[in-house]
Amino acid sequence: MRKTLSVAVFGGLLAVSALAGCGSSDDSAKGGDGGSGDKIVLGFSQVGAESGWRTANTESIKASADAAGITLKFANANGKQEQQIADIRSFITQGVDVIAFSPVVTSGWDAVLKEAKDADIPVVLTDRAVDSQDTSLYKSFIGSDFKLEGKKAGEWLLKQYEGKNEPVNIVELQGTTGSAPALDRQSGFQEAIKANPNLKIVKSQTGDFKRADGKTVMEAFLQSEKDIDVLYAHNDDMGLGAIEAIKAAGKKPGTDIKIITVDAVKDGMTALAAGEINFIVECSPLLGDQLMQTVKKVKAGESVEQRIVTEETTFTQEQAKEALPTRKY
Amino acid sequence: MSIVKKRLFWPSLILVVMLGINVFTSNQFLTIQDGHLFGTLIDILRGSAPLVLVSVGMTLVIATGGIDLSVGAVMAISGAVACLLIQDLGNQNSVASVLLIIGIAIAVALVLGLWNGTLVAVVGIQPIIATLILMVAGRGLAQLVTDGQIINVQSGPYSTLASGFFLSLPVAFLIAVAAVVLTILLTRRTALGLLLESVGGSPTASRLAGISARRITVMVYVVAGGFAGLAGLIYSADIKSADSISAGNLIELDAILAVVIGGTALIGGRFSIIGTVLGAVIIQTLRITVVALDIPDKANLLFKAVVVVALCLSQSPEFRAKVFGRFKRRPAVEKVAA
Repeated sequence: MRKTLSVAVFGGLLAVSALAGCGSSDDSAKGGDGGSGDKIVLGFSQVGAESGWRTANTESIKASADAAGITLKFANANGKQEQQIADIRSFITQGVDVIAFSPVVTSGWDAVLKEAKDADIPVVLTDRAVDSQDTSLYKSFIGSDFKLEGKKAGEWLLKQYEGKNEPVNIVELQGTTGSAPALDRQSGFQEAIKANPNLKIVKSQTGDFKRADGKTVMEAFLQSEKDIDVLYAHNDDMGLGAIEAIKAAGKKPGTDIKIITVDAVKDGMTALAAGEINFIVECSPLLGDQLMQTVKKVKAGESVEQRIVTEETTFTQEQAKEALPTRKY
Repeated sequence: MSIVKKRLFWPSLILVVMLGINVFTSNQFLTIQDGHLFGTLIDILRGSAPLVLVSVGMTLVIATGGIDLSVGAVMAISGAVACLLIQDLGNQNSVASVLLIIGIAIAVALVLGLWNGTLVAVVGIQPIIATLILMVAGRGLAQLVTDGQIINVQSGPYSTLASGFFLSLPVAFLIAVAAVVLTILLTRRTALGLLLESVGGSPTASRLAGISARRITVMVYVVAGGFAGLAGLIYSADIKSADSISAGNLIELDAILAVVIGGTALIGGRFSIIGTVLGAVIIQTLRITVVALDIPDKANLLFKAVVVVALCLSQSPEFRAKVFGRFKRRPAVEKVAA
């Protein structure tokens, strides 16, 4: 009696978790009946849903796949590389036409990419790069130039302090340790601010691209550094968390401490328009259309660019006020 | 018994040392600003509130020989439910509505605790498996509630839960203190603590002695769920948004660590609420100290691991006897030799 009851409970739960865990269940269902036709099946493995940017990115990919008539099998790695490797392996076994993914970290992909190559499944990278020496392992990499983003942030800061001869203390909230955007946004920024020896990064710690961590780390920064002039956060969400910490410390974000972030998601743009952030470098998540075009080309055997850079801009407070009403994400 | 041999001496010493480091590195360890206390110490007290709440619930569960892996997921769900409801409010600053919503979110968390307790005590599934179900499915549920988005709220009363001050102390800290005091009173001033320990020692013997072991077990999971729900509200109020992916992520492990540092055995039986609170505060202090000491973020985890290993070793009587005992025993040996 007890056994049957627990089996029933388990069964019920499995059903619940299947429903909850698989947000794109309708997409894969469509794949079942569309399989007989010549619809392209794309297996996409997403990093996770760690920020507003990522959610917009996921939505863009889902919508573009729908519009392009491509069957999307969507997997979410929740920020874990081993999960992502497992997802890609399962795409290989299922025999999808093309695999696309945003790598959680830059290293450790050679083995699984080799497996895909051996199975004759072309791979497209989106948003983040891998450090594999063998570039024949993937067809194309569509995404932003993170180093350029860091540079743009640094150059804006240079301009603010042009001609002024005073020390400027910068604190930096890094993204996930070891991830491509964190590494490149850091090095690009450092290169740009080298031009002015007064600009100095006094503290730099990871906030894991998350709001709560951004807040905790900024609290600690504020306690251990007397004069912080500038905060450079690798994404909007950490910057938004840090704003809460700065307010709690009785300082005015945007005025007492200048804030530069990267991404330009809606929450970040709202804060920029409200004067709490000073400058945002855009990192557009809307690369779904470009991805679907590339997927179609790759499937048809046409050649594609090995590196496709997404078009991006930067926003000041005034530009944010103008752009905000028509902003899609 | 010398003070050095007391169970909580070493964890307390490590906490004092870390706080000492912060006194030097911080330019305002404890000051007064805008009419309330402010500084690193206050950040630590406020920041440790969610972990303290979760860990105290975990202690009770572990005392009965169980474990609750679902606390992080429960945090995510309660924050998601609260933010979703607050977002739909006409006036987000209405104290009464926000209080009602906080009540609803905690009720949801209690129900989730009841679910865990029922699986463990009534259906008879092993605690680690029973709560693993909710740990995995619960986060999915939270994402379902928020539709995978981060929900922002602009509610003054809600953010008071985490950032507010009452009698110049952080509200989150006061909530944690109230929960701890209540738990200590209930477990140490009534027979409840004894019953918990006896169920943890041997459920069968307890039942034969006339203790309703099943009811006690269900109760501790309900309490753990409720505390986790409250922690989830503080977490989400802190960042004024519900982030169903990172809320309470891996907090179950921190909570278990806090329980272990506090000297409660994982096999159940004897437990120490104060020890757990100390453990939770140490973990939060460690987090702040890493930044204060400018430890490069690649070495963060290593640094934490070293402190935790040192902490656990210092609590082992055998280890202490081997390292420190050597100096004491030697004269005795010489005496025999002479």
